[in-house]
Amino acid sequence: MLSKRIIPCLDVREGKTTKGIKFQNNVDIGDPVDMARLYYEAGADEIVFYDITASYEKRDIMLDVVRQVAETIFIPFSVGGGIRTVADMRNVLLAGAEKVSVNSAAVTSPDIIAQGAKAFGNQCIVLGMDAKFVGESKATPSGYEIYINGGRTPMKMDALNWAIEAQKLGAGEICLNSIDADGTKAGYELNLTTLISEEVDIPVIASGGAGTPEHLRDVLTLAKADAALIASMVHYGTYTITEIKSFLEKSGVKIRKTW
Amino acid sequence: MIAIIDYDAGNLASVQRAVSHLGMQCVITKEETEIKAAERIIFPGVGAAGAAMQSLRRNGLDRVIKEAFAIGKPVLGICIGSQIILAHSKENDTPCLGILDGTVRSFSTDRRSEEGQKLKIPHMGWNGLDIKKSHPLLSGVDADDEFYFVHSYYPEPQNPDCVIAVTEYGISFASIVGLNNLFATQFHLEKSGRPGLKILENFCKWNP
Repeated sequence: MLSKRIIPCLDVREGKTTKGIKFQNNVDIGDPVDMARLYYEAGADEIVFYDITASYEKRDIMLDVVRQVAETIFIPFSVGGGIRTVADMRNVLLAGAEKVSVNSAAVTSPDIIAQGAKAFGNQCIVLGMDAKFVGESKATPSGYEIYINGGRTPMKMDALNWAIEAQKLGAGEICLNSIDADGTKAGYELNLTTLISEEVDIPVIASGGAGTPEHLRDVLTLAKADAALIASMVHYGTYTITEIKSFLEKSGVKIRKTW
Repeated sequence: MIAIIDYDAGNLASVQRAVSHLGMQCVITKEETEIKAAERIIFPGVGAAGAAMQSLRRNGLDRVIKEAFAIGKPVLGICIGSQIILAHSKENDTPCLGILDGTVRSFSTDRRSEEGQKLKIPHMGWNGLDIKKSHPLLSGVDADDEFYFVHSYYPEPQNPDCVIAVTEYGISFASIVGLNNLFATQFHLEKSGRPGLKILENFCKWNP
């Protein structure tokens, strides 16, 4: 039976992971390639890189990182952040990423999903979604609204409708981030995750709010997510991936046990 | 030298990186002479069966692969390479290489796991093997080892003797098929960490 995936997410700015991350032995690591290798060796099922480089001119630095990561780890990884065109997608995939994640650009010009899926296959295209609870309204029948530009700009678009639409356009996976839960370490947004995961036929990665292994258990079982994104709970050495996985296994969640 | 067959499908480079990481020499090629000169060939790729077969035929590589199999050269198929070795694919209703008899089918939608969760398509992520026949390329693979899958179609060889391992995803499907000097995995060896690299390494040394 298919395992649930545990996916560390690394924010990268101008070729360095942000926040001087502490990993396991409390070693400060700022190099995304080293961190990817450590997580690969520690049993991560996949890795997500999120490029938060502000300057468009410096974005080629990320492609160098992607090339180095591709030569270092032999599990899938995806790259998102600032993807605006099919050419941006191609650059990331040619540099060695399995998947490319598109968020704001897909909202403003949804055709990028269809074009990307046609050019590279649906399995390469991840729709990144930032959703916030706003209550039911005509524009948001599910109660959740889509935001873009890193959660700053509300779009008067319904999150559930957008997820279904993106699947039709050719997205192969959805990375669903809850703006309300993000950064709280109080647990994933279970209602939102259940809502989307039950309605689409493509895999859903839950994102935002992970603080303890119990949070992963809940989102992977109660909320039916296919994968869970984690960040600070492993970056700062609070938990290791092995600890998280052995907790999940004891809780009856199917996970990958050997690597 | 190992030839990685170039048929304009996605991410051949990741297979090349994995083979190079193991210290083996390989080349991505669509040149008949280069493929004929190679000791062994890998036939990887992602993409659709229709486009893959079209590209192979255009370059005469359908014949080259069949000849390589016929003369006993080690041939490794990965992902779509494990599908188009069969006679026919339901994907774009495509006639395929026919090295093995059988059909490539799609997972049906609206299926649920025993726990009641929707079975998403593509089948994407890590899954295990139920090994049906011991095989030298599986040496060093542990019972609990899992492999990375991304696919919506799966191979169904007619001859059950060609099924080396099966995997469960709502149904039980052939995740490794093979015959004589041919070995083909539906999962991505190049993206399956240690056990994937182990099978790849075994292939690089295999003398069937």
